[in-house]
Amino acid sequence: MSGPVIVCDRLAVRLGGTQVLNRLTLSVFQGDFLGIVGPNGGGKTTLLRVILGLQRPTEGSVRVFGSEPGSQPKRTGYVPQRLFFDRDFPLSVGGLVLMGRLSRRRLFRPYGNRDRQAVEEALHTVGLGDLRDRQVGALSGGELQRALIARALAGEPELLLLDEPTASIDPAMKSSVYDLLDSLRGRMTIVMVSHDTGVITKHVTRIACLNCTLDMHEEGSSLKRAPMGDFYDYPVDAILHNRPKSEGSEP
Amino acid sequence: MSETLFGGILAFEFMQNAILAALLSSIACGIIGTFVVVKRIGFISGGIAHTAFGGIGLGYYLGVNPLLGVIPFSLAAALGIGILGKKLKVSEDTAIGTFWAAGMSLGVILIGLTPGYAPDLFSYLFGNILTVPSGDLLMIMLLDLLIVGVVLLLNREFLAICFDEEYAEVSGLKSTALYLLLLSLIALTVVVMVRVVGIVMVIALLSIPAAIARNFSRSIPSMMVMATVLSFLFSLAGLALSYMFDLASGATIILVAASAFFLVQGWHFLSAGRQGR
Repeated sequence: MSGPVIVCDRLAVRLGGTQVLNRLTLSVFQGDFLGIVGPNGGGKTTLLRVILGLQRPTEGSVRVFGSEPGSQPKRTGYVPQRLFFDRDFPLSVGGLVLMGRLSRRRLFRPYGNRDRQAVEEALHTVGLGDLRDRQVGALSGGELQRALIARALAGEPELLLLDEPTASIDPAMKSSVYDLLDSLRGRMTIVMVSHDTGVITKHVTRIACLNCTLDMHEEGSSLKRAPMGDFYDYPVDAILHNRPKSEGSEP
Repeated sequence: MSETLFGGILAFEFMQNAILAALLSSIACGIIGTFVVVKRIGFISGGIAHTAFGGIGLGYYLGVNPLLGVIPFSLAAALGIGILGKKLKVSEDTAIGTFWAAGMSLGVILIGLTPGYAPDLFSYLFGNILTVPSGDLLMIMLLDLLIVGVVLLLNREFLAICFDEEYAEVSGLKSTALYLLLLSLIALTVVVMVRVVGIVMVIALLSIPAAIARNFSRSIPSMMVMATVLSFLFSLAGLALSYMFDLASGATIILVAASAFFLVQGWHFLSAGRQGR
């Protein structure tokens, strides 16, 4: 039996006097694909930042791989929501993805064959094998999102954290990103923050609704109208949380 | 005829020193200027350079080589601006403005307290590539070696913090420490450049060659090489023009660089217009 990958115990975060997260308790296990949904400002990104070690909790504790968040960069991959950079930054897609190997690199050592091989594999996985020499500034929104996923995958993480990976791309590209994540499911533990409440239920194994506090839903359960209505200001439909029959083998 | 003229000029030691100073300063400003441009920290660099005027004042006051005073002042400005911005969350332009003005004020007061006349003061402010003493060249060379060595060892880390600081942090890099180190390298580059273009105009050679090079580069290393070559060409052209027409060398170098910058931008504007039609 493997222990939990992430454990949050009564986690609270206040930012500038605002309670962003409150008494949040959560365990993520190896192989989970956890989707986190919730309204804007509900603390989704803050939760990811806490797990990454970029934000300290005000109260409560967080353990990632049994130790302090941020202390195991080799085992963690991160895909940010958006990347603000100069469009004319001189950097190729291959160079961007190679940065995913930084977490595995020893100081003062150049990148080696193993690093380049991991970059090739990651580019192949996200379907950008042909664009290795393309400048990052010349990528479309969907291609850039895939390149950022490839950067995270190049580090060969055991835990992949994604912050709204489909927020800035068109619907056709969205489904291809979800297909990609489907292919990664089981190979690593995935935590994804998303707005697409309807779509992600088809892909994830567990869903958490986050609006300062957390409401957890296991596979097969339905998101009841009541908690969802509490989270959002507008009426929401209850969603049955399950994967399509063709894929789901477990009861 | 011109061959003998220039052959004659090159025989002078001051001209050999000037060309060596141009080469050495171009290496530092091509490499560090690339980071300054892609990370958009040109005004931090300007602040570091102007704060260094306090060091020049200190050098005069203590009666030592003013370049020796520049080193602690520019390093203190680099670390001070960096730490105020990163750790204490002071807005960066406030920190820059404070250091900039305080450093210059200290320099003015120290020079005022120094008895007698301050020789060469103008050359520290606006540079004079024709009067670089051999001793300063040795110091510039050592600083160059240090800058090149650190960048060779840490170029991937510097690239990471320039492109995406948050991801660098997530990857386990000490991004604040690396940023402070990068600012310190800018401070040392300022020391290298003072003799050539002076503290007031350092910012131009740190940004113009790299900014032009970015238009034609597909990677950071190629941008560094191109910026170094451009900086050397601008320095040589400025040196030649200043010698021929008896102009201030630092200002001539800057005007050559600025002219090239406007030409490249104008050419871009025109070619973009043609494509638009």
